[in-house]
Amino acid sequence: MMHVDVKKSLKSRGRSFTLDVSFASGEDAVVLFGPSGSGKTVTLQAIAGLITPDSGRITLKGRVLFDSEQGIDVPPRHRNLGYLFQDYALFPHMTVFQNVGYALKKPWRRLSKEDGRRAMEFMEVFEIAHLAKSYPGMISGGQRQRVALARALIRKPDLLLLDEPFSALDTLLRERLRRELREILARFNIPAVMITHDPEDIKAFAGALIVYEAGRVCDIHPSLKEFGDRDLRSIIFPDSCPTTCATRG
Amino acid sequence: MQAMTDAIATALIPLALTLKVASIATLLTFGIGVGLAAVFARRKFFGRDWLDAVATLPLVMPPTVLGYYLIVVMGRNGWIGHWIYDAFGVTLMFTWQGAVAASSVVSLPLVFKSARSALEGVDHNLEKAARTLGSSEAEVFFRVSLPLAWRGILAGTMLAFARAMGEFGATLMVAGNIPGKTQTLSLAVYSATQAGNDGLAAALVAITSLICMIVLVSSGKILKTDYLQEVDR
Repeated sequence: MMHVDVKKSLKSRGRSFTLDVSFASGEDAVVLFGPSGSGKTVTLQAIAGLITPDSGRITLKGRVLFDSEQGIDVPPRHRNLGYLFQDYALFPHMTVFQNVGYALKKPWRRLSKEDGRRAMEFMEVFEIAHLAKSYPGMISGGQRQRVALARALIRKPDLLLLDEPFSALDTLLRERLRRELREILARFNIPAVMITHDPEDIKAFAGALIVYEAGRVCDIHPSLKEFGDRDLRSIIFPDSCPTTCATRG
Repeated sequence: MQAMTDAIATALIPLALTLKVASIATLLTFGIGVGLAAVFARRKFFGRDWLDAVATLPLVMPPTVLGYYLIVVMGRNGWIGHWIYDAFGVTLMFTWQGAVAASSVVSLPLVFKSARSALEGVDHNLEKAARTLGSSEAEVFFRVSLPLAWRGILAGTMLAFARAMGEFGATLMVAGNIPGKTQTLSLAVYSATQAGNDGLAAALVAITSLICMIVLVSSGKILKTDYLQEVDR
């Protein structure tokens, strides 16, 4: 079970943006859907602890990650969440092997033999073992995503956060990697929160759907399982957004 | 021929001193400059812009003005110099350590500026990724930020070394021009020219030029890294 309640004001170059969202879900896959600039990434980064909300409360499986009233703000390194960045954020100065093994390595030490073997096993699962010695700049987009996934999942995170995981890929590849990601999530049995613009992603992943609009949650669908294709259309097309959230800034 | 070998032998003394002073000064500015840059790249604090200006000032101020400030600060009656004299009974004035201080101050902005822009140029998502992968802030810095900013920092450090080697004005004011003690290459060239010793001056100039060329060429070689070879697929 996950509770997210976040308020955050951002200002840059005279423009201001206020995020004020609240949702809860017990589903294994939560999709945040909405137009660009509606605050989805800010929400995801707040869950990961990469930005600090002005106020609010974030809990995951009963564990408090952030609570402004109690003064709790668990640093990202102790939250044990996996984060897949939109551009994958692979370390360009490390090989694929070093990227995947990053979380296992202790500072100032070499990767232990056992951990090295574990990283290799992981790379075999993700079919990137043959790229072990390549640098991220030398591999394809689909391969990069697999490396980023392997790197995030090797810590066995409690939750995987995915920021538009397929937007950097072409349509054909997107289809295949969507299938792969579903299999991987099922195989590792890890719940996920995914940001997307793509209705296809909702069909493939959504347990719960949170619709964003201008920094607010304008619609929550706690479970999409009973929805058919046509219902989905009515949910995600703009005119379906209820007037209650017409607080566009 | 004899005159030539004599000139080179005489030139070796200021050369050794120059290399010693410039190397120590570069180590100091590297530590201070990168440390300062790391703070600037991460934290917003009160007086940030003013501290930035102070650290950059040696780049634009006349070396004599810097020399004056150094005397005020480090002289036997200066703020720091007074304290050092009381504690250790020594003064930095007219010593090679004083020359190190002068060279350090003059070359600090070169390391600081390049390190700051290099560290600020590191993709923030990479640092964020490292945090979600369990890294502490120190680990993020040493495993991600620093290696990625390394090229820029090293380039600045090389320039700082070259600048420290050529330092003249502030060194003259703080450490003087004592042959065999504080007379560095640039000071020796000045003295030799003033004394009409053209052979020595030529030898000193040749040595200085050669070393500067070596520094520039080797920095160019070091700065080429392999992982940046992008392959289009």
